[in-house]
Amino acid sequence: MRRDGSVDGSLRAEKTDSRAFCPKQTGKGKNMNEMLRAQDVTFSYSHEQHKALDGLTTQVTRGEFVAVLGANGCGKSTLAKHFNAILLPSSGTVYIEDIPTTDEDRLLEMRQKVGMVFQNPDNQIVATVVEEDVAFALENLGVPPAEIRTRIDEAMKMAGIYKHREKAPHKLSGGQKQRVAIAGVIAMRPDCLILDEATAMLDPIGREKVMRTVKTLNRDYGITVVHITHYMEEAAMADRVIVMSEGHIAMEGAPKEVFSRVDEVKALHLDVPQSAELCHALTAAGLPMPDDIIGVDECAAALYKAITGKEAPVCPQP
Amino acid sequence: MLRDITIGQHFPGNSPVHTMDPRVKILLTIAYIVMLFIGSNPLGLAISTVFLALLYGISKIPLKLIARSIKPILPIIAFTAVLNLFLLSGSGEPLFQWWIFRIYPESIEYTIIMAVRIICLIAGTSLLTYTTSPIVLTDAIERLLYPLSRLHLPVHELAMMMTIALRFIPTLIEETEKIMNAQKARGAQLDSGTLKQRVQALIPVLIPLFISAFRRADELAMAMECRCYHGGEGRTRLKQLRLRASDVVYGLICAVVFVLIGLSNLWFPSI
Repeated sequence: MRRDGSVDGSLRAEKTDSRAFCPKQTGKGKNMNEMLRAQDVTFSYSHEQHKALDGLTTQVTRGEFVAVLGANGCGKSTLAKHFNAILLPSSGTVYIEDIPTTDEDRLLEMRQKVGMVFQNPDNQIVATVVEEDVAFALENLGVPPAEIRTRIDEAMKMAGIYKHREKAPHKLSGGQKQRVAIAGVIAMRPDCLILDEATAMLDPIGREKVMRTVKTLNRDYGITVVHITHYMEEAAMADRVIVMSEGHIAMEGAPKEVFSRVDEVKALHLDVPQSAELCHALTAAGLPMPDDIIGVDECAAALYKAITGKEAPVCPQP
Repeated sequence: MLRDITIGQHFPGNSPVHTMDPRVKILLTIAYIVMLFIGSNPLGLAISTVFLALLYGISKIPLKLIARSIKPILPIIAFTAVLNLFLLSGSGEPLFQWWIFRIYPESIEYTIIMAVRIICLIAGTSLLTYTTSPIVLTDAIERLLYPLSRLHLPVHELAMMMTIALRFIPTLIEETEKIMNAQKARGAQLDSGTLKQRVQALIPVLIPLFISAFRRADELAMAMECRCYHGGEGRTRLKQLRLRASDVVYGLICAVVFVLIGLSNLWFPSI
């Protein structure tokens, strides 16, 4: 089942020189900037008639930060599980780079390329010491011990849990545990990180730290991020937002674009960021506000302008 | 009560006991258990106890923890002690006699030896789990059992199951407490009533616990798959096991102590 060296060996060689976009020669004329692609994907869980995914087509570009939103049961998690071949589509195809997820021989390679972090940190930590858990994936891939050491140290530093490396996971807070889980995935040096409601069970501080980590991974290390979330403020940080409803994509675009369509978003039983909602309400009440506001700072600036008629003084970023 | 269960909890440290090769530690622990039974005479047990106390001292494990690992088995010790005390008969005159109960000097001796033996047994095996991280421990077991995989015994799978079981002990304990509190908040009476009522009151605790454990197992399996787990084939380890000179030296020291324990039988006949 394992193909020695071919998984970690070749990927390692390729990645040590550059973390950024590196074109592969294997493409059959396809866009090599493409990380993930779902083509007319339909999926239903065997015991039910209901289609969890219904003819969904989308793609994720390399280096992109995509947020996926949607009410419960809209198929977000099902889509996520298609992106690293945990689930295979009933019809249609999912591609990771140019590999169709049905290619069983390249399963490990796909799992290594697309790392996944789940909601409950307790249920994805295998080992009883942080560093041993981070090393789990590399042990599975058959990476030599000396290299495991350097890669997990690097991953733990990237996730900001290096100082906890010898602790027992159950002694850590939820946010720290989730960052351990992220480090465990990052250690594989994936091209893409999928967070399946990874912030849902965390307290606000833990959530913020996890989001900061994810943001850093995306910005500084060029890791593509697909973040499934219920928090609109987190979605507002993304490059692109996909709103799902009943197994297909209902809305798609830059956060500003999507969240300015307040009524449409609300019709899908979702919220918009509070700033967007405030501006929308003010406009409706007769105080015209720009309709593309999603952040707190820009909302404050716009309010200042609306009230005083002057440009808001630029305040230093925290 | 639930918090007292410490089996499988690792207390990291850097003492020679901690850093010793786990394979050697396992073999020594097994040898220690055997010696506890072979040398179960006053001298043998005294050596065993002092030896164990010494090891605990070296590994700097707080006394509180040892007490905590022994606490849950106190009822068993008390139960066997009472049975031994009253049911064993000696050769001489009983020290004490009342109705059908007779206490002989021999039975007192035996009771004490038995109690010390059980305590040493638990404390000794706990030392292994306190000083060895479970992953290292299962790794060692896997390696020790490796020859058996030639006989198509699923050694890696067994080791993996053990690791996961150990990993989830604290999680499930926490969960049990949560469920118990939730049921108490709904009016369940877990600490009062007749034995039958108490056992019945546990059902609403166990069912959610089991369901949640199955759900956890399902999610864990998926998370493991996502991290490229595909069985033991071609796996490497972060921490390689290599027998060092110090392991041999410490192993030999322990072996000498064990021989002493065994020799104690020459002076005191084993009971």
